[in-house]
Amino acid sequence: MTVTIVNLKVNGVDQAFMARPGTTLLLALREQLGLTGAKRGCAQGACGSCTVLLDGAPVVSCLVPATTVDGADIATVEGLADGQQLSDVQQAFLDGFATQCGFCTPGMLMSAEALLARNPDPTADEVNEAISGNVCRCTGYAPIVSAILDAAERRRNRVEATH
Amino acid sequence: MTLLRGRGYASVNYPTGMNLGGDPSQAIIHATTMGGFVVTLSSVDLGQGLKTVVAQCAAETLGIPMENVIIDTADTDTGPHCMGTFASRGTHRVGNAVIMAAREAREVMLQVAADELEVDAGDLETDGTGFVRLKGSPATKIHISDIALAAHFKQGKSISGRGIFLKERSYPVPETGEMDPDSCQAHACTVAEVEVDDETGIVTVLRMYNTYEIGRALNPAMVAQQVEGGAWMGVSHAIFESTEPYYPASRAHGPIDFCEYLMPGPAEIPVQTSVILERPASNGPFGAKGIGEMTANAPIPAIANAIFDACGVRLTTMPFTPESVLRGLDALRAA
Ligand code: FES
Ligand code: FES
Repeated sequence: MTVTIVNLKVNGVDQAFMARPGTTLLLALREQLGLTGAKRGCAQGACGSCTVLLDGAPVVSCLVPATTVDGADIATVEGLADGQQLSDVQQAFLDGFATQCGFCTPGMLMSAEALLARNPDPTADEVNEAISGNVCRCTGYAPIVSAILDAAERRRNRVEATH
Repeated sequence: MTLLRGRGYASVNYPTGMNLGGDPSQAIIHATTMGGFVVTLSSVDLGQGLKTVVAQCAAETLGIPMENVIIDTADTDTGPHCMGTFASRGTHRVGNAVIMAAREAREVMLQVAADELEVDAGDLETDGTGFVRLKGSPATKIHISDIALAAHFKQGKSISGRGIFLKERSYPVPETGEMDPDSCQAHACTVAEVEVDDETGIVTVLRMYNTYEIGRALNPAMVAQQVEGGAWMGVSHAIFESTEPYYPASRAHGPIDFCEYLMPGPAEIPVQTSVILERPASNGPFGAKGIGEMTANAPIPAIANAIFDACGVRLTTMPFTPESVLRGLDALRAA
């Protein structure tokens, strides 16, 4: 088996690791880089708990072979907060009680960040669509959807305030 | 094609805990040198918020800020015994044990403070911000971190407390079948509104109104979340998910993963309105009863009743699939 060296920028930091063919991006993040925020719920692309951003787009990292994304820019939940300062989406989840067990939360946050990056003022339907690949077994989704709408508003207000 | 609307309700009485052969939970509390209070438990928080609720119980009883409480549920092998977090027993059993342990630890904490301040422990009170102070003379005070330091390095005292809540076993009286299986009962009622498509048989749950009487709601936001998250699970059982007909006889057939095992997504949830009624239970921690499992129960029969109200089809097997609705409508037409 050929082992390949994969170079990635993860949360702004250059990382290099060795990967066998078939190593998923999720496995590399968790086992080799120690970033256990992304969760392995199903390992078949159906639950969304492993969602990370690959060059800004949300992907289920359990289905991405690590060797195919050499040179990519990866964002994981670990990179969202700025020190102790949570991102707007994280803070809105916290304030809105949008998590219970928390297993889905890292994936939900990344799907939400990706949505708000491309659509700062989404409708509830657009939020539903953006998180439709993320399974949550605890919350009933409603608090998650309102937290994402709330985060969108916080972000818009912030942008206005800086203009 | 007609969309038929219907409304149905169901209610549930639900036991808090069970008695097994006796149902105990233990808690041990001790102060660190820095004035943190570690609550050691074997009770597992699986997302329902147990750690938060018992931290509230400990902080309230000790009279200190919640930030000074550290909940340690590290190891069920070595921790004080807990039967487990099931049967909606966690808040009730563990909460009671934590309060008992916190009372004992509080007494030592006040005694150590009294010796430092050279006053009588009976004249001391906590101010909730981290200080122990003399009643009527708030300037005479000492911070819990100084109390903890003095206890460890000056007085040689362990600020600690032991707590256990035991629901004693109770066998049925053979003649009457009478027994005392639980500690208290919570009550709830759900009204569901559905829409049934008489051509496709698809049932949509539009709205749910939930009312819960759960003793004291120790953390109202988490209670609301438990109610609505549980109701979602009820909707899911009612019209989506099933491991039947093969489980548990065979796992070789039927849904084995999230691709086949259907659950409602964010676009398929009803609008919910929830009301919490508080009637404190005499034996609950600050009056709380359990609210866990029961939240998924009432929605299912409420939805079944709403389907009946909408189209006259009485379904008794979950999930209420389009096929079962259509077969029911056919049977009504044939009759
Ligand atoms: S673990 Fe990747 S989608 Fe479930
Ligand atoms: S919070 Fe438990 S799965 Fe979403």
